[in-house]
Amino acid sequence: MKSINTGVSRRSFLAGSLGTGLVMGLGVVLPGCSKEEAVSEIAATGGSRLFSPAVWFEINEAGEVLVNIAKAEMGQHVGTALARIVADELGADWGSVRLAHVDTDPRWGYMVTGGSWSVVTSFEMLSRAGAAGRTVLIDAAAKLSGVDAAQLSAENGVVSGAGQSLSFAEIVSRGDINRSFSEDELAAMPIKPAAARTLIGKPASALDVPAKSKGTAVYGLDAELPGMVYAHPIVAPTRYGSVITAIDDSAAREIPGYQQTLTIEDSSGFVQGMALVIADSFPAAMKATDAVKVQWDLGETASVSEEDILAEGKALVDDPSSGVLFVDAGDTSAAMSSASDTLSSTYRTSTALHFTLEPQNALVEFRDGQCHIHAGNQWQSLIIPTLAQSLDMEEKDIVLHTYYLGGGFGRRLFGDQMIPAAHAARQLGKPVKLIMTRPADSLFDCARSPSVARLDAAFSEDGSLSAIEHAAAAGWPTLSMAPGFLGEGVDGEGKFDGFSINGSDHWYSVANHRVRAINNTLAQKTFLPGWLRSVGPGWIAWGVECFMDEIAAKLGVDPLEYRLSLLDAAGRQAGSAPMQVGGASRLAAVLEDVRTRSGWGSPLPDGEALGVAVAHGQERAMPTWSACVAHVAVDGKNVTVKKLWQTLDCGTVVHPDGALAQAEGASLWGLSLALHEGTAFENGQVRDRNLDTYKPLRMADVPELDIKFMESNEFPTGLGEPPLIAVAPAIGNAIFAATGQRVRDLPIRL
Amino acid sequence: MIEFKLNGKQVSTDSPGDTPLLWVIRDEQQLKGTKFGCGIAQCGACTVQRDGVPVRSCVLPVSEVAGTDITTIEGLASAEGTALKEAWVDAQVPQCGYCQSGQIVTAEAFLKSNPNPSEEEITQAMTGNLCRCMSYTRIRSAIKSAAQGEVNS
Repeated sequence: MKSINTGVSRRSFLAGSLGTGLVMGLGVVLPGCSKEEAVSEIAATGGSRLFSPAVWFEINEAGEVLVNIAKAEMGQHVGTALARIVADELGADWGSVRLAHVDTDPRWGYMVTGGSWSVVTSFEMLSRAGAAGRTVLIDAAAKLSGVDAAQLSAENGVVSGAGQSLSFAEIVSRGDINRSFSEDELAAMPIKPAAARTLIGKPASALDVPAKSKGTAVYGLDAELPGMVYAHPIVAPTRYGSVITAIDDSAAREIPGYQQTLTIEDSSGFVQGMALVIADSFPAAMKATDAVKVQWDLGETASVSEEDILAEGKALVDDPSSGVLFVDAGDTSAAMSSASDTLSSTYRTSTALHFTLEPQNALVEFRDGQCHIHAGNQWQSLIIPTLAQSLDMEEKDIVLHTYYLGGGFGRRLFGDQMIPAAHAARQLGKPVKLIMTRPADSLFDCARSPSVARLDAAFSEDGSLSAIEHAAAAGWPTLSMAPGFLGEGVDGEGKFDGFSINGSDHWYSVANHRVRAINNTLAQKTFLPGWLRSVGPGWIAWGVECFMDEIAAKLGVDPLEYRLSLLDAAGRQAGSAPMQVGGASRLAAVLEDVRTRSGWGSPLPDGEALGVAVAHGQERAMPTWSACVAHVAVDGKNVTVKKLWQTLDCGTVVHPDGALAQAEGASLWGLSLALHEGTAFENGQVRDRNLDTYKPLRMADVPELDIKFMESNEFPTGLGEPPLIAVAPAIGNAIFAATGQRVRDLPIRL
Repeated sequence: MIEFKLNGKQVSTDSPGDTPLLWVIRDEQQLKGTKFGCGIAQCGACTVQRDGVPVRSCVLPVSEVAGTDITTIEGLASAEGTALKEAWVDAQVPQCGYCQSGQIVTAEAFLKSNPNPSEEEITQAMTGNLCRCMSYTRIRSAIKSAAQGEVNS
């Protein structure tokens, strides 16, 4: 996991009364403000001259616990999971817990929801915050009741012991709750042993579900402001380099409600050659969009095709001098040159769209010198600096108002649709509501890049695997959108996008292993590559895990047994605490489990077979161990997935049903990307722009799912994406087992 | 002026007759539970009922609903609708939730026509509604349990 620097140097964790309740948060204590002053100033939850705390949670005099959530809610029930971490340590009554999804503010530190990071990066901090809150409440209760604090405990919103009992409400109303803790004190807070937990790992309903079950949940699309006008974009034929030469809106002027067509000048470079049709209503904007004729000088990528990009990728992976070293264990060159036998395969994946069901939209208003943006977003701390540059404003004057996301899947890690809306709102001097129709949303998507991976294996004289060389080429999202997050090559030579190579650093014991991460420069200049759910591992594992199967087939051994033989947790595969405890042995354990549950090895009818694959989640540093078996039936060119088994180990499971829901959805995403989705670049843009030709999985395509989580009290890792990763290679390997035909391209087409 | 009933209430619009019903509901009548997804009647997020029959409001000209009864998620007050909404919570169906209004509105009309459906029948009825989070197994089980609740009562 890349560390995210919040830029905070001197922080204190504070608990304070504010007349109506107890607030607890992490504050930046500014120069000239003592810690005592900060505690007294904490009353100003909206911020004050000296002190602006990031309030994690507050308890009011009624005993209600309000937990502030700075993560985007896009279906993962993140607020429920995070609040249960706090509430468990606090000893709160879950029924009294409420969530508030906060708007952007520097006090929240770095705001990003992605990478399956939310629980893993918040768990310790929220646990200690809850524990600190419990300490404050118990100490206050001790004073109120004259009992030694050591005799008291907090549970279900009540502090009790030694015959005394005080509710949180009473303590907050009457007790002395002003305290502060240094970071060291906070880090030393005692956290409950797993056996004492009352909420983490226990069944719970997600707090966002009721509103989403009756149509009252509010998404960015639903936001309105008085006096707003509607905008619909006309997206340029190429992502970059197209320049508008003429706009003819004479036909549009006949359409009632049409106002005008603007051109957008964006100095950030992300929005090029875009026109924006402005109208009184969205239907008028849509109709006028069809009537406005825009001419461009086309960008240089106007004729680029998917095959061009893949051919470039193939040339790059075949060139041993290309790319940046990501893994370099042992001496792969020596092992390759002394090999008695070798195996080489090339795997390709096609462009895939995010297709969030809520199309991209943004409502922007300039008010009192600030730019207010209403839209769902996953990476506020990325788009605010981009907007600041584009609008020539200060970051502090840009506020993102938070809404539910009608799907994220990585699309909303970049809020580039806000850029044209903001320029239009400033130009027009009134609020602008931009909505993209589906074709515009697809054209403006940051699609998952086409990829090419080449894997080479070397075998010793005794037939054992001695080396793997892996080269993977794709467009790099991080290079275009967040270059500060690029990683450094292991030899110090060049930078790479970890989000386009993670997964190649697998947990199999292979003495000599070398991986090159390669940027496909043609992809990079043709479109904006995006982070799509499961990101790098989502396509990297297609190569790694199909290749493991090919190696096993070459050696004439069972592919599942063969994997187990390489998952010995020796040496660098032993893992380290806290997140990798057990290392490859935990991957072996999920694989053993799924072997048993799937009846691996049992006879099946002709044309049917099982295939297997494993994965270690989004990043080697925070592994989520997964093993998937797919039961596939092949009839001619038709592939039917009859059943998917997955065994997952993500350490402690905070919200079990939410975790299962994520695993169900991610498993089906894996299937959808394997068999149903995929598009191609044609003439510089994606070919498939709506559901008439882009066809994600439907209910009729859903196989039986059998998903199990390993019981574990280890450190919790990520979950929203990892269950996707092993599905496609498991299906591909099952097709080989059923037919002898090896598939190496995604989506799979026989 | 075009008049129709929306969730039992008489409403009217001065919008052009070719305006998709969806935007009249969302932006004029301020009922935001019905969603915009694909705009070509392929995803089902915009599903409402016209005289009890599910229709895709993103492509339905408002002129074609003159004099009819339109029901949206907000107005789904039947026994089936109530049972479905409860079943949705019990089964913890929604993830992002964006498609779920359309799913429930589709399912309600389906359950009225087929109060005790098989799994296959549910799948057939619902496969036109895209769930991008792919909560499909839970949608199916929620409809089943809502139906059983209805049948048992």
